[in-house]
Amino acid sequence: MDHYKEPRNFGKLDEYNVECFDQNPLCGDKVKIYLKVEDGKIKDIKYEAEGCAISISAASMLSEEIKGKTVDNIKSLERDDILDMIGLKLTPMRIKCALLSLVAIKKGLNKNET
Amino acid sequence: MNLKKDFPIFENQEGLVYLDSSATSQSPKQVIDAMSQFYNEYKSNIHRGVYNISEYATEKYEKSKEKCASLINCSPKEVIYTKNATEALNLVAYSLTQGLSKGDEVLVSELEHHSNFVPWQQLCKLRGLRFLVIKVNEDFTLENIQEKINKNTKIIAISHISNAVGAVNDIREICKLARDNNIITVVDACQSVPHRKIDVKKLNCDFLAFSAHKMLGPMGLGILYGKESLLESLIPFLYGGDMVKDVKISDTKFNDIPWKFEAGTPNVGGAIGLSAAIDYLKKVGLNNIEAHENKLRDHALEKLSTVNGIKIYKAKNQAGIISFNLYNQNDKIIHPHDAASILNEKNIAIRSGHHCAQPLMDKLGVPATNRISFYIYNEKEDTNKLVESLEGVKKIFN
Repeated sequence: MDHYKEPRNFGKLDEYNVECFDQNPLCGDKVKIYLKVEDGKIKDIKYEAEGCAISISAASMLSEEIKGKTVDNIKSLERDDILDMIGLKLTPMRIKCALLSLVAIKKGLNKNET
Repeated sequence: MNLKKDFPIFENQEGLVYLDSSATSQSPKQVIDAMSQFYNEYKSNIHRGVYNISEYATEKYEKSKEKCASLINCSPKEVIYTKNATEALNLVAYSLTQGLSKGDEVLVSELEHHSNFVPWQQLCKLRGLRFLVIKVNEDFTLENIQEKINKNTKIIAISHISNAVGAVNDIREICKLARDNNIITVVDACQSVPHRKIDVKKLNCDFLAFSAHKMLGPMGLGILYGKESLLESLIPFLYGGDMVKDVKISDTKFNDIPWKFEAGTPNVGGAIGLSAAIDYLKKVGLNNIEAHENKLRDHALEKLSTVNGIKIYKAKNQAGIISFNLYNQNDKIIHPHDAASILNEKNIAIRSGHHCAQPLMDKLGVPATNRISFYIYNEKEDTNKLVESLEGVKKIFN
């Protein structure tokens, strides 16, 4: 709830080289994540998100978690890592909300490489 | 009415407050038994078998058509079974637009469920037709339709009752206007046939689609009514077995209506379940059902309006479906999915989302709404429990 009420790293980066977007058609959650990647590391991250408490809290927590981590670190993150991070028992539908940001970031990073 | 006892779900899910019947209704024992009887005692494929159980299954299947026809006052040959109402609407959209020419116009409304919106939108694109949308006013009445009609307007596809906000359209009036202008009408009646007496002759519509699972029946069965003369003239939507009379290498002669539109093995068990559902609905009486839901609606509107920070999307003419959003003390929307999740913990099932009506959500300027909908097994107590728990939701988000 704390992350929902005061999301960390909210906004848009002035300088970024990876833009990630995904949405959850079921809830209408949308997230746009801006990454500044240098030497295979996440130097900075910001995001704009609209949606439910779960998706916004997950984006906020994830943004704190991955700052400074390597791209490979992030690619190895999985569903359970996010669920552990959130620490709530979620129903399958709500798990989609929780995973939205990670899915968006992975998509964005993959696209960036190709 | 106190019919909960007929519905096994309420025995198996103790304390369940089910307020999502416009997504799907629960089935009474009578429906489930009729279907298991088919599977236990006479499962067989219909129409071609000459042995006893196949003859019997065929008879039951065709009997189901008769019951459907009598429910909406048409001939059994005007009743087509599809896999769901979406397929029924796709069938009409595909087959009807085939006969149109470039520049012809199709009119839908902003209230439509995606299933009566996207097929028209996409087929118009594909066939060079114009796709036009009737806007709605703040009370969810339609803006002037007359202004959208011209000599190129060929089809009006419109819902009787909006699934998203429960607004009831004056279908009779719309069909009359359409008829006066030689426009074909396609009515999405998914939210009306289960809840009130519908007579296609009185409505004077050309096509009408609804779905079995929203009227106590099983999933996997949609129903399309089409006027005989129109069905005769339309091309089939799906090709294959059972929809043919004679197949040669050079060409195929199609079966008579309605079978021309029913390619492949139909959902026989589902049709038999629907028969039982119609029997049940008729026994309770559709007028009684409508009156019961009106009472629940009035009670709910009154109760909900006492909740602080609630925005109810009230329609001028409202069915037993109510959409609303909650706002916290800082006037920030409490996302419907969060509200619904918290209600779920109290065993209260409501729908939250865009209700497959994204154009309407865009208009309201919200990503989603909370929606409750009533049916014959609901009682005022269900709403009371909901309203109590909404206070809990507000506490968490304030």
